[in-house]
Amino acid sequence: MTTIILAIVIGAAFGFVLDRVGATNPGYIISMLRLGNLHLMKTILLAIGVSSILMFAGLLTGLISPAHLSVKTAYVGVFIGGALLGIGFAAAGYCPGTSLSAAATGRKDALVFSIGGLFGAGAYMLTYSHVKAIGLLDSVLGGKATLGKIAGTKYPALFDFSGEWVGIAMGIVFIAIAFALPASLRNAAQTGKNTGKQPGDAPTAAIHG
Amino acid sequence: MILSWRTGGLLLGLVFLAAVALVKPIGVSTQFVILDGIVWNSVEKSAVVKSEKNKSGYASPNAYLNKSGGAYAKNVAQPANYGLLFVLAMIGGAGLSAILRGGVSRPERTMPAIWRANYGDSPWKRYAIAFASGFVVLYGARLASGCTSGHMMSGMMQTAVSGFIFAAGAFAAGIPVALLMFPKDAR
Repeated sequence: MTTIILAIVIGAAFGFVLDRVGATNPGYIISMLRLGNLHLMKTILLAIGVSSILMFAGLLTGLISPAHLSVKTAYVGVFIGGALLGIGFAAAGYCPGTSLSAAATGRKDALVFSIGGLFGAGAYMLTYSHVKAIGLLDSVLGGKATLGKIAGTKYPALFDFSGEWVGIAMGIVFIAIAFALPASLRNAAQTGKNTGKQPGDAPTAAIHG
Repeated sequence: MILSWRTGGLLLGLVFLAAVALVKPIGVSTQFVILDGIVWNSVEKSAVVKSEKNKSGYASPNAYLNKSGGAYAKNVAQPANYGLLFVLAMIGGAGLSAILRGGVSRPERTMPAIWRANYGDSPWKRYAIAFASGFVVLYGARLASGCTSGHMMSGMMQTAVSGFIFAAGAFAAGIPVALLMFPKDAR
């Protein structure tokens, strides 16, 4: 029962925040990937940094149970799958979570994307045996590995350091990059224009932190 | 108006922290498979069956649903579990947020302004690319066993090697495609 309440509360908070940071607007995602408006890049880097530092601090102090961690296996298909996702992410401006969320905000192209996604996931179900047979799913770099050794977990470490402190250091680096990145890597005249559209709609609206 | 990257990033980070502190890291793309399985199981009763042999107690003739002791098969048979409810709640949360901020403008509901600037007003062209993109994105996400949420955010926050590999693949492909496909900015 508790799990069900947590699923609803955390899920709703996630969807709400995804919408409020602009992630349900494919314009922001496309603008991030064409390096025109790095608002979402800065947001995501800060989010990973904050969650990482607090999570590893929670592990060090015992406030968070290491049993809650879930590290996925590394294999060649992770890179290929990431690249496939990147292509559609750029072409449409949606990923699995943001397309479902954006469809709920009334975006019809997001609904079409999600239906395409159901077919894509179905296609993977049908081809899984072949993908596995050709070795794309074979572990590399230790499989379910983390950068450093995290106490209380069985995950192998890539480097012989304390995983908790590596995580905190990585979090600080991510936050530093979030602050250091400019608002845009393209010509300011192209991206800083006032589009006259309603705020939040225009992917190029200037973002002031 | 969307949140500044500072406020938004902090809030998003706290949501990811809450998920791992209280339950487990956030992930979304698995539920596309579970939903496919539910649809399949509703038209063909043999899609998921009870099994003594599998650890989960369920089995499927489909190798993907049957893997890891039939874990996905079980989620298809018993959909009222954390993963699917989480995604349904996410959809609800985003919808609520949109209502509270006054919704999305009519032209934006078919396509974003940057698409219009590069490819014109035809909704069908946009929908065709959106459908194909959704197909490729979910195929890729399942091949990788995770998406932007599960690999990139949840993975990298745990310093998972797989998360970095995934992010490298996604940006190595995504940035050139976006640069090539969208030479013009939104007007």
